[in-house]
Amino acid sequence: MNNPTIRNWLGFSTLALMLASLFMVFDYVPPDAEMGIAQLIFYFHVPLAWVAFASFGLVAIAGIFYLWLGDQLWDDLGYAAAETGMVFCTLMIVAGSIWAKPIWGTWWTWDSRLTMTFILWLMYGGYLMLRASADDTPQVARFGAVIGIVAALDVPIVIVSVRMWRTIHPAVLVTKQGTHGLEDPRMIWTLMVCLAAFTALWAWLLMLRFTQLRTRSRMGRLSSRIAFATAAASDPK
Amino acid sequence: MGAHFGYLFAAYSIIFIVIFLYVMFIWRRQAALDAELRTLEARMAALAERSAAGGPTEPQSEA
Repeated sequence: MNNPTIRNWLGFSTLALMLASLFMVFDYVPPDAEMGIAQLIFYFHVPLAWVAFASFGLVAIAGIFYLWLGDQLWDDLGYAAAETGMVFCTLMIVAGSIWAKPIWGTWWTWDSRLTMTFILWLMYGGYLMLRASADDTPQVARFGAVIGIVAALDVPIVIVSVRMWRTIHPAVLVTKQGTHGLEDPRMIWTLMVCLAAFTALWAWLLMLRFTQLRTRSRMGRLSSRIAFATAAASDPK
Repeated sequence: MGAHFGYLFAAYSIIFIVIFLYVMFIWRRQAALDAELRTLEARMAALAERSAAGGPTEPQSEA
């Protein structure tokens, strides 16, 4: 993941895909007949949800590998994924809330999907607070891994909540009848491009942050060795 | 444009502003890491100099 060429290529791809997605949202796709222009928020809301859930899934996978192998690499990957996932999860909630105001008439309601998403956000908020407030010790990393795995169990619950319980949140991608609610092919294409744009953005940000955390871990180990060597040189006995 | 353009504008603006701020946060962290790396290099150079001089001198601080 520490390859500048791949990182730069991913950065430029993200920029190109973002510009394409903005063009498609504002110029190409027709607005929904019922919801009007506010429905266009959906084209960023769904990709934000996708990358947030993918991030949290990655936190759980990295946590399992860290508990199993004890390699610092997995802890750094989990931390980077939790941080980027939290950014996208926060944006997903904010975008959904802004969409809800004109459509539902309220910024927030304690609907099953919204409540489960809020719980997910709180759990990963707790994970990041733990990591920010404590030193980077193996014990903190183990706690973090366990929290990351337990919190990720909420992701499938959020996904299936619209089909399991009575909810006012629309099930657009897979409805209760097993179909999707995007009647125009242009809507599907726009959603696909937006999904690609946010996936590229997520991969780019994750790569940047993961590389930084790897560097920080290596520098921490190097600093300890220099301190040890300095102490040994000062006291040769 | 429709009646809800303000909501649409707000949603897209917030998304791009927060992403921009996160990129800035990563950039600042990178600058801090670079500064830390320079400190480590200076400490290593000092240590190497002392080794080459052939023995212990004054103890160094952990800055």
